[in-house]
Amino acid sequence: MDEAEPFIIIRRLFKAYRRGGQIVPVLNDISLEVAAGEFTALMGPSGSGKSTLLNLIAGIDKPDSGELRVGGIDITALSESELADWRARHIGFVFQFYNLMPVLTAFENVELPLLLTRLSRAQRRERVGLTLAIVGLDDRKAHYPSELSGGQQQRVAIARAVVTDPALLVADEPTGDLDRVSASEVLALLRRLNDELGTTILMVTHDVHAARSARRLVHLEKGELSTEPIQLRD
Amino acid sequence: MFMLKLIVRNALRHRLRTGLTVIGLLVAVLAFGLLQTVVDAWYAGAQAASNARLITRNAISLVFPLPLNYEARIRGIQGVTSVARSSWFGGVYQSPKNFFAQFAVTPNYLDLYPEFVLSDAERQAWLRDRKGCLVGRQLADLYGFKVGDVLPLRGTIFPGTWEFVVRGIFEGSDAGKITRQMMFHWDYLNETLRKSARQRADQVGIYIVGIEHADSAPSIARAIDATFRNSLAETLTETEQAFQLGFIAMSNEIIAAIRIVSYVVIVIIMAVMANTMAMSARERTAEYATLKTLGFRPGFIALLIVGESAAICALGGGLAIAAMPHAASAFKHFAGTYFPIFEVSNLTLALQAACALAIALAAAIVPAVRAGRVRIVEGLRAIG
Repeated sequence: MDEAEPFIIIRRLFKAYRRGGQIVPVLNDISLEVAAGEFTALMGPSGSGKSTLLNLIAGIDKPDSGELRVGGIDITALSESELADWRARHIGFVFQFYNLMPVLTAFENVELPLLLTRLSRAQRRERVGLTLAIVGLDDRKAHYPSELSGGQQQRVAIARAVVTDPALLVADEPTGDLDRVSASEVLALLRRLNDELGTTILMVTHDVHAARSARRLVHLEKGELSTEPIQLRD
Repeated sequence: MFMLKLIVRNALRHRLRTGLTVIGLLVAVLAFGLLQTVVDAWYAGAQAASNARLITRNAISLVFPLPLNYEARIRGIQGVTSVARSSWFGGVYQSPKNFFAQFAVTPNYLDLYPEFVLSDAERQAWLRDRKGCLVGRQLADLYGFKVGDVLPLRGTIFPGTWEFVVRGIFEGSDAGKITRQMMFHWDYLNETLRKSARQRADQVGIYIVGIEHADSAPSIARAIDATFRNSLAETLTETEQAFQLGFIAMSNEIIAAIRIVSYVVIVIIMAVMANTMAMSARERTAEYATLKTLGFRPGFIALLIVGESAAICALGGGLAIAAMPHAASAFKHFAGTYFPIFEVSNLTLALQAACALAIALAAAIVPAVRAGRVRIVEGLRAIG
């Protein structure tokens, strides 16, 4: 990847879904660039296509047409298995409902993505321990998700997302299921990751308070980018 | 290792559901094994039968006897070494449920059946006593018969109360031999009939024919039947094994029904297991989608489901196989004397294991394929 090239390049991206025989356009001629190390919030009303855009950038869905390059790679050209490998290496995911494995402990959940790497068991344990310490949960590593609060579960999910040191962290409504205090803690953690580790973060939210944590706001309206990027945070 | 951990924990996630499924599997695989063993037991007698002995019976039906004077003519046929008489007695010991086979036989019967081992002293004691009888070891153990005991039988084919004195207990030459029968002197039966029912005397149920070489059995059988062709009592001669299989053939429909039921049981539990796995996989759609999001391949997801199905089936099937000897023993006790040999074969155990494996695969294949194919974005929307 060229140093000067933006980390995410989207040009003339289209995506539509078929529902009941009808084609419903979701993203219409989207063009966007995101620099490496940016913390970007994607806002917009329900159905505006923000989660769809996030899914396309994260490589868990495919556009109908357009250019989509992430970290210098044209991910539209990758096969399903290539995409799976690419996601495992480069992308960290944070979901609204945490999506932790209920039968695995916090430690084991964080260890999950590392099982797809060549790290030894000892290296994995060391890295998981360090990551859990970063999110402030090293004393909860033996707890199952059902034994943790919503905020703690989301912090485990963030630990799972960053344990492989991904280039891009995508978060879909990461505070959508949390109370105000827990939401603030999670946002503070994301800011720390962005500030201290330089992780590029793309966050979908419809919460203005959450969006203020980002350095940049992108607004989607009916599948189109409505305005120029807005500066939110210094 | 991680996959194994995930499989086991997933399997134990709904303990009640898994427990009930395991019990269902245990019962089904056990029932399958017992029914297969019943079928084996049916054929046990035929398997133990010899090809070196011929049985000559009335060609019309086994119900009709043959004249006594046939014996000498059969003995005269080339290749025949000895001829013994045997008549089915069909007596009742205390109660009809105490069924066991009783045969009126000539003394040389034992010469033709070297697999029945009797001491010389007991043999001589039996030969000396016209009311004497011999009982097999299994029968003696079952009813506690001892040498010297009086064994009363109520005749059904030959009316009246018949009393015999146990003069010997014969053993089987190996563990597979059925020794649940009793035999007594054919002469005693015949002499009694001469006095009480003269028209039924001097008749023989079947002739057991000893031959020089097993290879010559077909030609000797043809020669015997040819000798009595166009007589009042035409004969049908076949090897003892064919005779026994012919006997079993009369129950072919029953055996077929038992076999069908045994497989139907497996098909039913397969459907139950498939439903369990489909429910489990459907509930975990979002989890599978999350795993795929993290980079795990569809094959990993499919293996998780197949592995869970295999783990449950291995537990249910394993418990059933482990319980088979005890269940067979209980069944044998319950069935009384109807199945003298009721032993679980290695083939049955292998079939049980194969059934458990087939259930595991059949139950998992559709949910595994579906989970592997589910689109991530759709899977993440699913609510368990």
